[in-house]
Order: sequence, then structure tokens, then C-alpha cells
Amino acid sequence: MEAAIIGVGMTTIEKSKVGETYADLAWEAVNKALNDAGLGIDDIDNVITTSSDFWDGRTISCMAVGDASGVRYKNCSAVEGDGTFGAAYALARSLSGDYKTTLVTAHSKGSESISSIITNAAFDPIYERGLGLDMISACAMQARAYMHATGTTPEQLALVSCKNHKNAKDNPYAQLPMDITVKDVLSSEMIADPLHKLDCSPVSDGCCAIIIANADFVKKIKAKPVWIKGVAFCSDAYFMGDRDLSKAKALEEAAKKAYSMAGITNPQNEINVAEIYDAFTYQELMWIEGLGLAEYGKAGLMLEKGIFNRDGKLPVNPSGGLLSGHPVIAAGLYRIAEVVLQLRGEAGGRQVNAKRGVAHGVNGLCGQSHCVWVLDKEK
Amino acid sequence: MEDIFKEIEPQVYKSQISVPYQWWAGETASKFFITLRDEKKILGTECPQCAKVFCPPKKTCPFCYVDTKNWKEVGPKGKVITYTVVYRQLAALKKNVPVAYGLIQLEGSANAMLHYIEGIEPEKISKGMEVEAVFADEKSASIHAISYFRPVK
Repeated sequence: MEAAIIGVGMTTIEKSKVGETYADLAWEAVNKALNDAGLGIDDIDNVITTSSDFWDGRTISCMAVGDASGVRYKNCSAVEGDGTFGAAYALARSLSGDYKTTLVTAHSKGSESISSIITNAAFDPIYERGLGLDMISACAMQARAYMHATGTTPEQLALVSCKNHKNAKDNPYAQLPMDITVKDVLSSEMIADPLHKLDCSPVSDGCCAIIIANADFVKKIKAKPVWIKGVAFCSDAYFMGDRDLSKAKALEEAAKKAYSMAGITNPQNEINVAEIYDAFTYQELMWIEGLGLAEYGKAGLMLEKGIFNRDGKLPVNPSGGLLSGHPVIAAGLYRIAEVVLQLRGEAGGRQVNAKRGVAHGVNGLCGQSHCVWVLDKEK
Repeated sequence: MEDIFKEIEPQVYKSQISVPYQWWAGETASKFFITLRDEKKILGTECPQCAKVFCPPKKTCPFCYVDTKNWKEVGPKGKVITYTVVYRQLAALKKNVPVAYGLIQLEGSANAMLHYIEGIEPEKISKGMEVEAVFADEKSASIHAISYFRPVK
């Protein structure tokens, strides 16, 4: 594919960023991405913003970050949902040949609303919403379905939390760097059985920006490009009761397509690093399997063997993942930015040895829709 | 930059988004709810091609992409596909914790519906457990026409 990511910018992820509005966060992330690429705002010819009106408490929220993203008198369009999907739109624009440089932003400030009420509103208002479910209670049902189908244990789930919070200690952008034990996780508050407090990601504030450029433009600049080799997304049924919640069929399909574009036949051997949408501990294991990085039901065992540790054969979420900071909407774009830093060898204390990586984003309840990015150091 | 919040509370603008909204239930859900209320019967819609019956009912078969024309009675017994017991008083809850939710696949239905599981100690709920609908005394043409599902004795 003739396109590359030439710049990334992230704000720190925090519980509540009281000093900045979300447009201020976009300003920070966009300027970091521009500096990273060695470009000025005039070098950007179009912008995609990614946001959610409900999370932002504002109708047409995409327009409110426009000024901070330098869209004045430029072509700007928007995506509602996870940042990986916004980036996929940007990639399509880049590949059309009509755009040189596409800036993508994704932001949210979870601190400004009540996540339980916001995610309750994702349920169908006629059949479901009045029952009072939210993202955590819905995902708890999926966690149980997955654990029952695969034999994955609460201890294995807890180990994901230990690994990711520890990894976050070397990530200056992370919200929750911690040394915790399996016992700490299992004795933390049971929010919705089987999910303990430390099985759940926090609600966070943050903004991420990336710049995607076509191959012709990349030749003209000094920035270190990371090449986009395969991108695909796939969606499952809307109603949870219409899906097999214990499997990530949509992710399997998206991954297959993305790998096929990238010429990857054995992802377990050919992918060196993965940044995955671990909104809950069980999700990291489920998505690892959906991405073909482990056989179905085997991710827990591989985790116990240390394979997904930062010094393991296939590091997963060396940044600390969403468990260590979860700005909804921006979360998937952070995953892309983290893989970019890893492939450029600029991930600091969390650096792993990687030539090729995968970044993953999710939209909807219980992983209804998945977006998979395969990135490579070389063209 | 100077820390302007050093000696003051950061300023917030407190408000509430409260927008009246109405969702037309549509023909399919209306028939389902009215039959629940008036006849205490649970109906699903059947796909003319694959013969799958859907409850909650839907107008279109997601597998065959055709209209689901026929109505079929399902339940009132079913089994628990998966479940959770919520222990934290999450803001979206309408009841006091512990609150148990299940995905219930009714007899004769290809898919599952979300609802409460009650009439059992939450710790004793299990996957695959047989449950049955308990209809509400108060008449309501909504999902609340079923109060909850309880274990089949």
C-alpha cells in the first residue's frame, strides 16, 4: 500500500484534565504530530476528526475541534466512533490520490460525564435500554461467555491487568502505572461478576493525532515513515443476543483481510508487537485470539508463559494498554501511535524489538466492530 | 506555564443534557409488546427462508436479508446463555444491587433477549439454567410487561 504514517502526537492520558478543554487537547496532540513529522499546519491538506456527541455533551462535536486542528478553509470530514476507523477513512483519502497529507484526530474527556449513563444509551431504546445495562455489565456477560467456552480462568484475566499496569510504568503517557499482583486484582471490588475493578479500564481524558501521507509526499520529507501494509474492519450484529459473544468472529474476519493485504500468512511468527483494545482484561485475551496471535482459548496459557510480556516473543500492549488509561474514541488511535513509536525505535523504556506490528480498535458494545492495522518499518 | 489552579478549585460549568425524545416502537415491536401485555404470550418473527425465529422480534432476517413475515409463539421457558450479577450501584441501573442480568434464549427462538434474572440467590445462577418469564401485574406494553425471568421449578 502506498501510504505511511509520518507523524504522531499524544497527550498524556489522565483521569481528569482540568487545565484543558477537549479542543485544547486537540491543539496539543496536533502540534506534537506536526513537530514529529517536521511539518507546519500549511503542509496538511485535509483533516479527519473523530469524536462522539454523547461523550462530548455536544451536538456535531466534530466541528468543535476544527479550529484546534487547523481546518479553517480546508477539507475536513468526521467519523463517529473509535479513532482507528477515522484513520481508515484518512487512509482511503490518501490512497485516492487526491490528498497528500491527512491529519487525523480523536479525543474524549470521560471525566466530564458519567460513563455508565453514556454507555447505557448505546442499547436499543425499544427492547433493552430501560433494563439499565451499561458497558461494564454487558461486557461482564461476554467475559463469562468467553471464560465458559474456553476455560480461561479469573487468574489469567488478572495476569493481563498485572502485565499491563506494570508496562505502563515505562509509558510517560499512561494514567495508571502500577505494580499489582493477581491477588490484588482478584480481591479488588467485584463490579459485575466476573469483572473486578482491576479487570476494567479506567475512564480517561486524552487526545491523539496522526498524519497519513501518500508515498510521493513521503519521498519529499525527512520524517521517518511507518508504512501501512494492511487495514480492514468488520462488524457483527448489533444486538448482543444475535451474536455468539464467546467468539470474536468480526475480528477474525478483519484480521484475515488485513493480513492478506500485508502478505502475512502466519501472524504468530510475522507480527512482532501488538497494541490491542483491552478495555477489560478478558478482551485482551479474546482479541489476541481473534487477531490470530493465539489459538482460540489458548491466549491465557501463552500469557502465563510470558509470551505476551514486554520481553516475550510477542509483546502485547507494551504501552500498558487501555487498562492503564482509556480515553474512549481516542483509544484506538493511541494504539496506532504506540505501534508507530515501537517500529521507529522511539518507544523509550517500553521499547521492544519489532519490525512489524498490529494495532487494533473497537466500536460498539462487546466488540461489535473491529478495525485492524498492520504497520511495517519498511515499505 | 503558571499553575493558575494552585490556590483555587478548577472551574467547571455544571449542566445536564436532558432532551425529551420519543422512539416510535414500530409495527414489529408494537405487536410483540401488545401481545405480551394483553395475552401474556411471547412472540417471535420467523424468517421464510431459513425458518429461524427471532425474539426479540425483528422485521428483517439478518442472515437471509428478507422480511420475516410470520409470527410464532416462543417461550415462556428458555435457558440462560450467559449472565452477570452487578454488585456496584452503577448509574444506569434501575434497581438496587445486586442486579442479575441474563441473555435468555427462549424455547423456539434462534437468538437471545436481555432481561433480569430474579427469584434465585444471585450466586446460584448458572449458565444453561432453565428459566421462565414472570409477567408483570401492572399492564405495560413494553419490555417491562415481563418483570423478570426466574428458574423453572
